Amino acid sequence: MAKMHITTTINGEPTEFLCEPYETMLDVLRDNLGMTGSKEGCGSGDCGACSVTLDDRLVCSCLMLAAEAEGHEIRTIEGMSEGEALHPLQQKFLETAALQCGICTPGVLVAADALLKKNPNPSETEVRYWLAGNLCRCTGYDKIVRAVLETAADLRGAAE
Amino acid sequence: MSEISNKWIGTSTIRPDGADKVTGKAAYAADTNMPGMIWGKVLRSPHPHAIIRSIDTSKAEALPGVKAVVTAKDIVDFSVHTPVPLGIQDMRWMCRNVMAREKALFHGHPVAAVAATSGAIAEEACKLIEVDYEVLPWAIEIDDAIADDAPILHDFIEFEGKPSNIAGTLEHTLGDIDAGFDEADVIVERSFDTKPVHQGYIEPHACLVNVTPDDKMTVWSSSQGQFMVRAMTAFLTGIPQSDIRAIPAEIGGGFGGKTIIYLEPVAAMLSKKSGRPVKMVMSREEVMRATGPTSGAKSMVKIGAKKDGTIVAAQAVHYLQAGAFPGAPIRGACGCCFAPYDIPNVHSFGYDVVSNRSKVAAYRAPGSPIGAYAVESVLDEVAEEIGIDPLELRLKNAAKQGTKAAHGPVYPVMGYAETVKAALAHEHYKAPLGKFQGRGVASGYWFNAGGESSAQVNITEDGNVVVTTGHPDIGGSRASIANITAELLGIDYRRVSVLIGDTATIGYSNLTGGSRVLFASAMVVTQSTEQVIERLRGLAAKIWGIEAEAVTWSDGAARPAGENAGKFEPLTLKELAARSNETGGPIGAGVQLNTAGAEGGFATHVCDVEVDVDLGIVRVIRYTSFQDVGKAVHPAYVEGQMQGGAVQGIGWALNEEYIYNKDGKVDNPGFLDYRMPVCSDVPMLDNVIIEVPNPKHPQGVRGVGEVPLVPPLAAIRNAVYNALGIRFYSLPMSPPKVLEKLDATKMAAE
Repeated sequence: MAKMHITTTINGEPTEFLCEPYETMLDVLRDNLGMTGSKEGCGSGDCGACSVTLDDRLVCSCLMLAAEAEGHEIRTIEGMSEGEALHPLQQKFLETAALQCGICTPGVLVAADALLKKNPNPSETEVRYWLAGNLCRCTGYDKIVRAVLETAADLRGAAE
Repeated sequence: MSEISNKWIGTSTIRPDGADKVTGKAAYAADTNMPGMIWGKVLRSPHPHAIIRSIDTSKAEALPGVKAVVTAKDIVDFSVHTPVPLGIQDMRWMCRNVMAREKALFHGHPVAAVAATSGAIAEEACKLIEVDYEVLPWAIEIDDAIADDAPILHDFIEFEGKPSNIAGTLEHTLGDIDAGFDEADVIVERSFDTKPVHQGYIEPHACLVNVTPDDKMTVWSSSQGQFMVRAMTAFLTGIPQSDIRAIPAEIGGGFGGKTIIYLEPVAAMLSKKSGRPVKMVMSREEVMRATGPTSGAKSMVKIGAKKDGTIVAAQAVHYLQAGAFPGAPIRGACGCCFAPYDIPNVHSFGYDVVSNRSKVAAYRAPGSPIGAYAVESVLDEVAEEIGIDPLELRLKNAAKQGTKAAHGPVYPVMGYAETVKAALAHEHYKAPLGKFQGRGVASGYWFNAGGESSAQVNITEDGNVVVTTGHPDIGGSRASIANITAELLGIDYRRVSVLIGDTATIGYSNLTGGSRVLFASAMVVTQSTEQVIERLRGLAAKIWGIEAEAVTWSDGAARPAGENAGKFEPLTLKELAARSNETGGPIGAGVQLNTAGAEGGFATHVCDVEVDVDLGIVRVIRYTSFQDVGKAVHPAYVEGQMQGGAVQGIGWALNEEYIYNKDGKVDNPGFLDYRMPVCSDVPMLDNVIIEVPNPKHPQGVRGVGEVPLVPPLAAIRNAVYNALGIRFYSLPMSPPKVLEKLDATKMAAE
């Protein structure tokens, strides 16, 4: 079967690629487009290390066929910072030691960003349930949850 | 010596590798590619135990796109009768674990591997390989493996004069155990079992290997030790270490499970045969079926105490699963389980039991959590029988400086009692509890380790610093090294870059394990930096025309001292670096040591649980860890170790387990069914860092990474008893097991 020609937008950039019908968005990001910030921890949608947004909706890119990107907008960890400036979540994660090995970090950041866009004032419980799809084996989640709550407070303060 | 104003040791600086990790730019093993690269896949045994009569790879080799096929005959064979140890591994077992030789010994055991122009073609080719198996009876659980009629995995292993699956034993003895029990007023004897649990790193094993036609090899891989990768790959491929360059990729979690290799020699032989770079990445299912985990175990523990709480005798027998090859961590179980206590009469005995499971790998304080689970659970019952607070019982019997431990050492200065006192004094220990809530405590010990370490500290021409060490950074060690170097030099820590060298660019360094990295690398980095400072003082002396002894180093600059004080303007690191050519050339120093003096680490944990008696769910609602860390060079990453270990323990205690089906296969080889704690399962985690400096270390460091996984299993188990009045003797305390016990007591119906 011939490869499919897909026209999409990734991190704001018009993007075209060829893919097999069975290839996942994660495969294409990593192997075709060289965007290896999204990680494969399980390939079954259980760990969240491959989290991206599809038209602002949080998805596991390992569960999404690359062909489904046609006509839609994908955002990945590579699109999170703007120029030299880190996103406030990225900066907070650095300052509060909310990462150790870092393999889950891109997915956690993409997921946390999606949460704060929907809910700028989440409770600890809301953060914990939102991030329940992002496995982290290093941190015990404590510093991740604190970093997300602190960033949310900072952003609300800045917005006032 | 010198006065330093830039104080970084003890501050939570931003990690040097952080920006790359939050932007997705950090390169892990699976993120690396090479021109002309092809993909390797592994064919794995569908049987838990089978003789491999023959392997026919001809159809696979004929498939278009296939570039190479490898079987055991391509891997160097080591006779089973001659040990070839390397660290805690033995090449006799490694050569058979990476590729099954005479027999397949577990479901998922590699049998062959294919490299092809795409992963899909390689997988297709694996299906075309014809393996003729003679399926044998198998044994998965300990009791099956040690039964009289058990199927024997290795007929050359004998125990008590006949072929056996008991591959080894270990015994520690102190005093007279029988006389000790005779003195006891109270004796509690209980049996326990735990299930194998996986290290659960989120990054699957991966590597990219390129072998040139003249047999020069480059390996990019995710491991806890690039020198371990080099040495094992050299053994298993026959290519000398000097021709192998092992480059440590960023590592996406290890916890002990990446102190061993699986893919590298296979990828190397595929690359050698195909002439192409070969990339191999495991699926999560392959990780679960064929790597790690740590042992499942059964333990019998007997403790005798006097009415006043003095423990007079303690005995333990631990059976630990090794998986398919010998090497269960019985040393950790037997050596650590009574280590927090000053007990005159001790006997601990361990059995290393092989069975048809994947070969175990190290997991954070290997063996110690298993031993502590049984011992700390029995201590809870001893305390109850005597009528003494469980922390007071521990404090009364706490080992201290001068205590002779059953596993050998006489303890130097150490902070176990301080952890118990801090727990007793903490508000958490007195906080009220509600219905179906309970509190438990437990302590734990880990040996910690020193060993080989190398460092190079170089001053750049613009007066900044590059430090290279040889240990993969899995918990933030680069940040700690930056703190130490910057403080010694008296400069801003952002002027220090810390890198992990590959096997060609830094001297031999033992792997990241045993909680050794900061202990050992801080020693060699400190000595290297001190040599650099001595050199800098000499340069300033030369410029000023005075003796080097008359120059001090403080706050990032050389200063004239003694009778010369004030005669010359200080020379900063930048100024001295700029003038290095006129004063003798490049400035740098390297030190290589076999470090010693890593003293043990102790922790005490307090845990509150709440039990949903309708659903059988145990929820940890509050958790506080108290740990003697020697010196917290980077407190936030010390806390990170304490918190991460506690949550791995929560998973081990409450949910994680390998479930085997009747065909001898793992039934839950994925993150959906192998249930590690997720964010919504756990509370915030409090930490009390206790610093009793290690006198044998320049910064007072003790290892901190492993002991946090030792106390949780029993702390949670004791908390569940406190909540329900029901004692559990088996892990995990998962909802079905909790409900079964609750139904038996009719508590759910109340």
